[in-house]
Amino acid sequence: MNNNALIPTIGVVTSIRRDTPDVKTFTVVRADTGTGVCFKHMPGQCAMLSIPGVGEAMFSITSSPTCTDHMEFSIKKCGCLTSWLHQMDVGQQVTVRGPYGNGFPVTTELKGKDLVFIAGGIGLAPLRSVIEYMLANRADYGHIDIVYGSRSKEDLVDIDIIRDVWMKAPDVDVHLTIDRPQDDWDGHVGFVPAYVTELGFDPNKTVLVCGPPIMIKFTLQSLGELGFEKTQVYTTMELRMKCGVGKCGRCNIGTKYVCKDGPVFRFDQLDELPDEY
Amino acid sequence: MLKLKTANADALYSRISDSAKLYLPVKRAGQVNYDLWESGCEVTLGEMTVKSPKDLFFPQSEDLMAFRVSGKSIEIENPELPTEPFVLFGVRACDARSFDVLDRVFLSDPVDSYYEARRNCGTVVSLGCLEPLRETCFCSVFGIDLAEPEGDVQAWVLGDEMYLSAKTEKGEKLLAAVKDLCEETDGAPLAAAKDEARAKMAKNPLADLDLTGFDGEHMMEKFNAPEWKDLYQACLGCGTCTFVCPTCQCYDIRDFDTGHGIQRYRCWDSCMYSDFTMMAAGTNRKTQMERFRQRFMHKLVYFPANNEGMYSCVGCGRCVSKCPMHLHIAKVIRTLGGKKQ
Repeated sequence: MNNNALIPTIGVVTSIRRDTPDVKTFTVVRADTGTGVCFKHMPGQCAMLSIPGVGEAMFSITSSPTCTDHMEFSIKKCGCLTSWLHQMDVGQQVTVRGPYGNGFPVTTELKGKDLVFIAGGIGLAPLRSVIEYMLANRADYGHIDIVYGSRSKEDLVDIDIIRDVWMKAPDVDVHLTIDRPQDDWDGHVGFVPAYVTELGFDPNKTVLVCGPPIMIKFTLQSLGELGFEKTQVYTTMELRMKCGVGKCGRCNIGTKYVCKDGPVFRFDQLDELPDEY
Repeated sequence: MLKLKTANADALYSRISDSAKLYLPVKRAGQVNYDLWESGCEVTLGEMTVKSPKDLFFPQSEDLMAFRVSGKSIEIENPELPTEPFVLFGVRACDARSFDVLDRVFLSDPVDSYYEARRNCGTVVSLGCLEPLRETCFCSVFGIDLAEPEGDVQAWVLGDEMYLSAKTEKGEKLLAAVKDLCEETDGAPLAAAKDEARAKMAKNPLADLDLTGFDGEHMMEKFNAPEWKDLYQACLGCGTCTFVCPTCQCYDIRDFDTGHGIQRYRCWDSCMYSDFTMMAAGTNRKTQMERFRQRFMHKLVYFPANNEGMYSCVGCGRCVSKCPMHLHIAKVIRTLGGKKQ
């Protein structure tokens, strides 16, 4: 029966971490064995999570495929289902189906490249999967820069991992920024796009960007001014989805279904589509 | 090819019903729709059904699975997919083509198990039009031959006789079971009648619609056409066009608390509705203009660009006659398409 694409598997939440006032990271394992991932995925792919009777929605898989004993989902509380997920306790079962979408081209176009990750707020969630995959396969990729900004220091997702792992990893530079000055913050203050301009990256690098639409818009401008072409910049999109397999019609943009043909696109590919995302 | 007197059609229907459920156009309370045949029902082959036959393969509402939830635990109850054979009789060429369109969606990888099961259970007896059913018919615009419909069995009604010709193995099986009610024929009188039907179709008011420019190459030009701003104005966003459309296949998935568990089901939805793309963070199609444009861009540009030029409109004309504001795909093609001389 599990060749039926709409039927999920059951997962169980084994730990819940509060990252920020409105973001929690949920660890999920298979319910039948009590360990392991519900299915294999590649960085940037997504999963449909649901609580029967509450709703089902698409989330990026935050953990890397190199993590094989569980899956992680960093989820911001913003609607019906996410509010429910935020109030549940460890031990709750959830339904999981996937993997959906194309993911970032980590085994092809991104291989051997110097990379710049640019994230705002919860936009780090899909990129963490890629960063951790690359750190686990370090020899396959060049220098890694990570620019990550949020409203305040309390709103930085995954901050412990960033400080304890990424900042100590070889050939990785992390650049954190918050929107407004705060006590006990001696890092950069200012919006992500301006910080990108200030950091002045070599335009031969490849960029992966994810964050609020307004951040993406101005970051693209900054990158353009630095000499980056649209063919060097990737992003991942978010649209309403129901089926996840390109049939229910919701995430259709031009000739593409974001759930199946995306969610990862290069900006030159997006330029060929109607501006409806 | 077989033929029988239309006066004996009830015997044919009755025989088919012996081994399968038979659905065909039936008039009830003044409306013709596909319905289960029963002795004495008012079979009405000569009228366009209000709704298309798509819900025999893609029901308006359909259970997907159920869940038993107790405390923090969830158990899935898999659905029982349909296995009972049925016959869909009297499908016109436009609707027969719509099954090809739906197949492209539901039978492409990953296959939709529910649709596939229904499709496998169904035998389609199509009915060639020996004259256009209505003034609003324009199937010929999409390269559909009204007189030669696709299907497992082709049927025609000419004068007081019904002709039947099997096109597939399923069709041959069906005709083998009714052979003794019919007599063999070479179907000679049909040729002239078919030509006459095509000639009449060519004179239908919408037969001159010109699809020039509706293709992937002109996607951005069509999307950015200034005419959309005027075209959509009267649209109420009622979704009638999508519900009577034989090819509209967008669906919603929802959960219903039955009191004994959670039933997950899907139902037809419409891209014309404002909440179709609504997320917690907002919607990417904020105005009715954008939603209206999406429906027609999908049928006339995006779908054919992804399916070797096959349009996701079959010219059945249901939306033309049902839209309360007289806004419809023919008007869109007339405004944004080419101008046939």
